[in-house]
Amino acid sequence: MQKNIRKYWPIFLLPTLAAFLLGFVIPFCQGLYLSLCKFTTINKATFVGFSNYVKAFQDELFANAFWFTAKFTVVSTILINILALAIALLLTRGIKGTTPFRTVFFMPNLIGGIVLGYIWQILLNCVLSLLGKPLLALNATYGYWGLIILMCWQQIGYMMIIYIAGLQSIPNDYIEAAYIDGATPWQTFWKVKLPNLMPSITICLFLTLTNSFKLFDQNLALTGGEPAHASEMLALNIYQTFYVRSGPQWKGIGQAKAVLFCILVIAISSLQLKLTKSKEVQQ
Amino acid sequence: MKKFLALILALVMSLSLVACGGGSNDAQGSGDDATATGKVYYLNFKPEQDEDWQNLAKAYTEETGVPVTVVTAASGTYEETLMADMAKTDAPTLFQVNGPVGLANWKDYCYDLSSSAVYGELTSDNYALKEDGAVYGIAYVIESYGLITNTALLEKAGYTTDDIKSFADLKKVAEDITARKDELGFAAFTSAGMDSSSDWRFKTHLANLPIYFEYQADDIGTTTAIKGTYLDNYKNIFDLYINNSTCDPKDLAGKTGTDSENEFLNGEAVFFQNGSWEYPALSAKYSDDEMAMIPIYIGVGDEANQGLCTGTENYWCVNKDASEEDIQATLDFLYWCVTSDKGTEAMANEMGFVIPFKGALESNNLFVKQDKAMTAEGKTPVSWNFPTMPSEEWKNGVGSALTAYAAGTGDWDAVKTAFVDGWASEYAMK
Repeated sequence: MQKNIRKYWPIFLLPTLAAFLLGFVIPFCQGLYLSLCKFTTINKATFVGFSNYVKAFQDELFANAFWFTAKFTVVSTILINILALAIALLLTRGIKGTTPFRTVFFMPNLIGGIVLGYIWQILLNCVLSLLGKPLLALNATYGYWGLIILMCWQQIGYMMIIYIAGLQSIPNDYIEAAYIDGATPWQTFWKVKLPNLMPSITICLFLTLTNSFKLFDQNLALTGGEPAHASEMLALNIYQTFYVRSGPQWKGIGQAKAVLFCILVIAISSLQLKLTKSKEVQQ
Repeated sequence: MKKFLALILALVMSLSLVACGGGSNDAQGSGDDATATGKVYYLNFKPEQDEDWQNLAKAYTEETGVPVTVVTAASGTYEETLMADMAKTDAPTLFQVNGPVGLANWKDYCYDLSSSAVYGELTSDNYALKEDGAVYGIAYVIESYGLITNTALLEKAGYTTDDIKSFADLKKVAEDITARKDELGFAAFTSAGMDSSSDWRFKTHLANLPIYFEYQADDIGTTTAIKGTYLDNYKNIFDLYINNSTCDPKDLAGKTGTDSENEFLNGEAVFFQNGSWEYPALSAKYSDDEMAMIPIYIGVGDEANQGLCTGTENYWCVNKDASEEDIQATLDFLYWCVTSDKGTEAMANEMGFVIPFKGALESNNLFVKQDKAMTAEGKTPVSWNFPTMPSEEWKNGVGSALTAYAAGTGDWDAVKTAFVDGWASEYAMK
């Protein structure tokens, strides 16, 4: 068996590798090249060198979008994970109706971002209008919190499922031993459950961090970047660079921004993976 | 181990070679096939007319045997769809741009139509999109916009369209209706929604008026630095819209185009700023006697002789990278559309278009007929100058500032800045 695997592994690897190459590596390399070009369609690109990157860095709106995204990511990552873990702890206590609750909390995940964005826009605008406040499109602070509420509502359920799985995989012996040793529930949580949950935390942090950073649909539908780009996140800014400006040079600048964006997401998420992985314990 | 890695690399290389090779073979293949007939691939911009184009394409294929494919981009995604499709081997042979600004993106892809038969059919050279002596686009539909008026409601309020001949008249009527709003049960204007489905009516169409009058005063057709001479008039008309409407100006930020249309259909307001393309939707409810379109007066120029805003932002372009047979087939198809009985009939009656070609048939669209009547009376139509607006980004900037102004969270100076400074900075970035 071992020998066979050693002999034939390339054959099993090939389909996935081919798909990965065709669907990811090749377009990615093409994208890198296009970020140095000006183009309207990708098969007619003219090489212009690094000027696109210079323009991307000079773009104030891109910098604003970065800070807005960063602020959003920090708050939403923390909120989603704390709330998801809290609900997971509640729903692993064996109280009645746990399953329906889990299902209900998970359900927002099944709806697409654009649809959710528009539904929440109507909902929040109604509330704001009743309170006599300016609507979402007029106030970036409301837009910001609107996005946070929307993302929490959508993602908590998903992260909750991962935390529940993590909690259930902690051997009962540990909890029992802690109980016999006289640990309070609070101590049990901090000293026993949390260290054993680190693998789930790694995954959940990774997912929420990258999801928040890459957020596009919800941003487009809920605020559309209004007022005057103040609630525009990085992905939407890249999209706008592509489509609302005229002239072929903007496509190249958009592409350069996309490359920078990609590097940023990879850097941040690998840093996070390294940090949380080091905290994981062997069961 | 090394051997296998080498094997994989070799396989991958051959795979990608095959992929590339396949692509170029296809391109040649389609060229060869086309020697027999050639084919047409139209990427249509207007979703409302998708079905009509499909039928017309079928009729053409039946008559001539030339295959015509019509694909319609989903509303608001034309530029994206076009970008993706033009990169394909089987790219559209016929597509459209919205004017000089749109042409900036696509000029390198446009076939020079100056020697084509369809260009010779145009009624006026104004409808050709020219640059450096070449004809890159040909307008295929002329549209008008203005204030669509519910004449029955207007009469109920004690006026007729004849009472409105200037901005001062319009203001008087609108403010009188607002004063008696509770008694009458309707408002003067439908909501000036600033949602993206509706804000183009103000950031693009209404903004055309101050631009038009400035161009007239300065005797120019386009500029890289707008002065904003008539921005105060723009403010006056926008104030009139938002203060005499069905809803609180604060709520406009969330109002959509459909909201506004429904308000008009439900008889909640007398005036609805929109264009001749609304006719099919409105005529389902109102007869031609109950509606009229009047010019948008902003208190500038010779108001007694001002007509509707009439022009186009739809230009046909032929893909110059298509094979020669396909280009010829496309030109033949276009010529057939604007000259044959079937083509002109479909464009006039089914699509409701007024086409700027010699063989055009009379349209049954009320607003179009009114535009024609006004021009015959000697009124001057206001031309469409928004194709000279520097970019979508400029429009969005003005739209954002208008939204904030309407809600009271921003002031008019921000609109001025977006309008004047935004224009210059966007042109500087082109």
